[in-house]
Amino acid sequence: MNPDTLVKDPATGAVGTARPRIEGRAKVTGTADYAADVSMPDLAFGSVVVSTVSRARIHAIDTAAAEGSPGVLGVIDHGTAPRLNPEAGHFFGPDAALLLLQDDVVPYAGWPLALVVAETPEQAQAAAEAVKVTYEEQPHDTEFSADHAAARPASTIFGENADVGDVDVELAASTVVVDERYRTPEEHCGAMELHSATAWWDGERLQAVDSNQGPFTVAAVLATLFSLSPEQVRIRAEHVGGGFGSKGQCGPQLILAVMGTMRFGRPVRVTLARNQVFVMTPPRPATDQRVRLGADADGRLRAIHHEAAFSLSPLAEYVENCTEITKSLYAAPAIRTGLTAVPLDVLPTFAVRGPGMTPGSFALESAMDELAERLSMDPLELRLRNEPSVGPVSGLPFSSRNLAACLREGARRFGWAARDHRPRLRHEGELLLGTGLAATNFSTGALPSSASITAEADGSFTVTVGACDIGQGARTALTAVAADALVVATETIRIRIADSDFGPAWGASGSRGTTSWSWAITEAAAKLRGELDGEPLPVTATVDTSDLVFNLPPMERHAYSAIFAEVAVDPATGEVRVRRLLGMFAAGRVINPLMARSQVIGGMIMGLSTALHEEGVRDPVSGRHINADLAGYHIAAHADVPDVEADFVPDYEPGDPSGIKGVGEIGTVGTAAAIANAVWHATGTRQRDLPIRLDRVVEEKPPT
Amino acid sequence: MSDDTHSAISLHVNGAPHSLSVDNRTTLLDALRDGIGHTGPKKGCDHGQCGACTVLLDGRRVVSCLTLAVAAEGAEITTIEGLAEDGELRPIQQAFVRLDGFQCGYCTPGQICSAVGMLAEHAAGWPSAVTADVSPDGPAPELDATEVRERMSGNLCRCGAHPSIVRAVLETAARGEAAE
Amino acid sequence: MKAFAYRRTADVRSALTLLAEDDGARYLAGGTNLVDLMKDGVEAPMRLVDVRSLPLDGVRETSDGGLVIGATTTNSDAAAHPEVRRRYPALSQAVLAGASGQLRNTATVGGNLLQRTRCAYFADPSQPCNKRDPGSGCPAITGEHHNHAILGWSRHCVATGPSDMAVALAAFDAVVQYETLDGAGEIPLSDFYLAVGDSPEMETALPAGALITAVTLPASAASPRSRYRKVRERASYAFANVSVAADLDIADGSVRGARIALGGVASRPWRAQVAEEVLQGAPAAADRFRAAADAELSAAEPLRDNRYKVTLARNLIVAVLTELAEGARR
Repeated sequence: MNPDTLVKDPATGAVGTARPRIEGRAKVTGTADYAADVSMPDLAFGSVVVSTVSRARIHAIDTAAAEGSPGVLGVIDHGTAPRLNPEAGHFFGPDAALLLLQDDVVPYAGWPLALVVAETPEQAQAAAEAVKVTYEEQPHDTEFSADHAAARPASTIFGENADVGDVDVELAASTVVVDERYRTPEEHCGAMELHSATAWWDGERLQAVDSNQGPFTVAAVLATLFSLSPEQVRIRAEHVGGGFGSKGQCGPQLILAVMGTMRFGRPVRVTLARNQVFVMTPPRPATDQRVRLGADADGRLRAIHHEAAFSLSPLAEYVENCTEITKSLYAAPAIRTGLTAVPLDVLPTFAVRGPGMTPGSFALESAMDELAERLSMDPLELRLRNEPSVGPVSGLPFSSRNLAACLREGARRFGWAARDHRPRLRHEGELLLGTGLAATNFSTGALPSSASITAEADGSFTVTVGACDIGQGARTALTAVAADALVVATETIRIRIADSDFGPAWGASGSRGTTSWSWAITEAAAKLRGELDGEPLPVTATVDTSDLVFNLPPMERHAYSAIFAEVAVDPATGEVRVRRLLGMFAAGRVINPLMARSQVIGGMIMGLSTALHEEGVRDPVSGRHINADLAGYHIAAHADVPDVEADFVPDYEPGDPSGIKGVGEIGTVGTAAAIANAVWHATGTRQRDLPIRLDRVVEEKPPT
Repeated sequence: MSDDTHSAISLHVNGAPHSLSVDNRTTLLDALRDGIGHTGPKKGCDHGQCGACTVLLDGRRVVSCLTLAVAAEGAEITTIEGLAEDGELRPIQQAFVRLDGFQCGYCTPGQICSAVGMLAEHAAGWPSAVTADVSPDGPAPELDATEVRERMSGNLCRCGAHPSIVRAVLETAARGEAAE
Repeated sequence: MKAFAYRRTADVRSALTLLAEDDGARYLAGGTNLVDLMKDGVEAPMRLVDVRSLPLDGVRETSDGGLVIGATTTNSDAAAHPEVRRRYPALSQAVLAGASGQLRNTATVGGNLLQRTRCAYFADPSQPCNKRDPGSGCPAITGEHHNHAILGWSRHCVATGPSDMAVALAAFDAVVQYETLDGAGEIPLSDFYLAVGDSPEMETALPAGALITAVTLPASAASPRSRYRKVRERASYAFANVSVAADLDIADGSVRGARIALGGVASRPWRAQVAEEVLQGAPAAADRFRAAADAELSAAEPLRDNRYKVTLARNLIVAVLTELAEGARR
């Protein structure tokens, strides 16, 4: 398959052209309908009652007052909910977190205990407050650390731990060794749209409008869960107000809305409250990592040893693959990695933007900066000196690796050459200034999807694909890909997405959404063009890429980036402000520079937010998440965000028909390390725990 | 309805009167969305912490989730749906589209309404928390990026469209148009 | 939220009467705090008496050259008023730093005074809290208290007061005016907020049913060079870790008078009287500022996780006073 025969020359085609989003007008006029916006006749509203204790058995749920409240249709709890299929699950297998309202076991604070359904949201909420739950509380364990007694090896579903060479021998032979511990807290997705689902029966079919990242996958899970045939379920997610991972699964709002409509025979809408989103939808687990690096005096790495522990719930397997980046980023004769899972009585943790890579890069890239510090070496030079020619663990060739170009071009634009690498030398009044960098990668690929393209009688084309647009611009990007693949203008294309009836499709996740859907579209376009000769219109071609996407020669396939940050620190108050943030990306062919820049910048801002502001805090006695709202859990506000610069170096992924790589998550990776390294450069003090809170930075006697 | 917990009210929204019977607990946000069908203002937190529900009330930006519908009677309310004139996007809306001032778009109605209100506040000479000298006897604070960022900080965005939003607001301000 | 009745009124007398008729009645002004707490289930009034139409808004000069700010004046209008900005700029700065633009446009000066703590345990009826539910306990003492008090707390409550405006008012010796069915009254800001003691649920000295009508600022406190500085964990839109409202009256390099009030350190604005005394007559120099701050903070009793606030408060006092001294020299 030769990509050049399918895709137009970037100089003249739709791919590579900056265009505003197709749905832009709808979004700026308030006419884009998100899940809770869809109007529905005879709609009833559900309000969720959640557990306020960490681990318990439900002694009793007294629903009498709630059921007698004005407007209430009824209350569903574990005594009355339909039976769910325990085989239902997600990527990691059966997921007991889906089994809502099945028994009296409370596995974590925030676990749903009942659904109150009423005529109006105010009535449902007031009645939910009237539900009285008594618990038989049990001892709970929510305190995370790598040394936890229950720590166990993580699942190897993403591959075995690396064990190349002899790390201990190499460390012993190293001129300089770094051995440090890095910790990141529980982090929440914080998508602005509250999780919401509206479910109803349409004859024999169960329909739902739901805020999720992949209607097809979610519909499949839902069907299994409720023992329905897949054809019976239809889910749509026309516009989704951000996901970042938290909407990648069949969510509690959908499960409960379906229970509601099954019980009451009317459309039921369940919209989680913001504090419920914090305690009911998956966060990124806390991590506790140890990195050991050994190098020669000239900076050449001899050993990399990266161990990472992360928290999870006993209800569902999960892997926060912190050490993935370590297996492919730098050359070293000895590389060892280990992943440990710590089961706790917490809300099941799951993939949040850049899973594994985001916290893992914080540890690795901070450690590399500490190595540069001890070598008195330019951190940029240290990265360049350790460029591998093949995968250092896999031995596989790189499909296209342009990290060095990112580092060099980023350094040039940032003015890195003028940097004095010693810390605490730059002052601006009472402020300390510093700069830092990080290098990263993010694996790329495509997963099976199907797509249909119809050549209509009027000369237009309809592209139908189960893609999902959560803000990454799927509609606009896929229209461009289809236009070039069909060799027509974008204006002739109509695109339909986000409907589980549109066939199997990977969700908007893993930075593999656009790559997966684009592949299916380019194949469908090729097939359609082959079928058009003289055929009466309309003609439709449908392709499923299952047999194609896994037939690539095994290679290390990644996008790369270099992130540069400048910070100003007030040592008297501990305030850290990011003055400048720049990312250079090698992300394959860029479909739409306007949107791609927005994506990577958005990722960098999320990285900035996790570096400085974000942590889920638990009460040490109750184990409950205490800052479960947007005033307590701080995400970066406008005033925290500088003008972020981002650009792309020329790059191309040969294993993709359009040459593209995913860009959804790579901006998040590395940004926290770049900022932490800049804070070290400004102050001389290492920040090894995120977030870099002011109480960790404030100095007793700041220099006058 | 005549019972004590409900009220018959009239809300003036985007130039049109609407008669509603509301549960007194109903927020302006829910009255706009469910009562009238203007789903442009969004519920992001329902506690005044995110700004996604921002509308203009008598020309001033407010969070509609903490405003009771009964308390809003008598006010002129403008939602995102009421900004475009005869289907023509206002310059600020055009700037958002052209400069990609959104991604998922959920915070966007609130960002735009907030920006319209903010530009009016600035035009009225109001200082902000980052204005170095709040004295009224000096020059009015210039609307630079730092001022825009501070003044817009009540509107959270998780997709990270901040730089484009700020650019769209500054561009609109510089053109001096369609703050109104 | 529990269902409630709603009434609007246009005169003070009927507002007072409506409130007195019903034990479960509350005044509604901007609602940005009350409606929030009603959603949380912390407040559950049976009736709301909307007071925004009362003739209580606006800022005007008093006969002695001070200012009176009507209770229903929005935060925005108060902060933007030229006389506030000119004479008591730290008050304008405090209000501007206090919340988002949207909240400031709605919240009133009276409501701002009465806003309740943002302690997460207080705001969640499923958690114990002596302030919300006397006798139920204070989980913050052993729990999450990173942003709680270092001064004036008791074993019953370690929450901080959230109002930036009140800190500036404390520095300027403001007086709170109120009306009751039995007549008008006033309380100096210094006495307005009660000490935590054994009864954290008792927050202000307002008589039951009283309606705040205005806040007055004495002419003697006019401080055209005053400053408010707030340190918080986001660059904007967050509550203070520590804040300072201050003014220095300096002549010939010597401090003739000082006004210093701290926010974020106690359940109420903390007028730093010890520091002010130490500074009286002292050279306006950094080492004296530091000594004054240390003297004030010697009474600090930090909790397990908020010791940083002592350092932060000291450094912030020194930084603000240094800035004021430099401004005076110019």
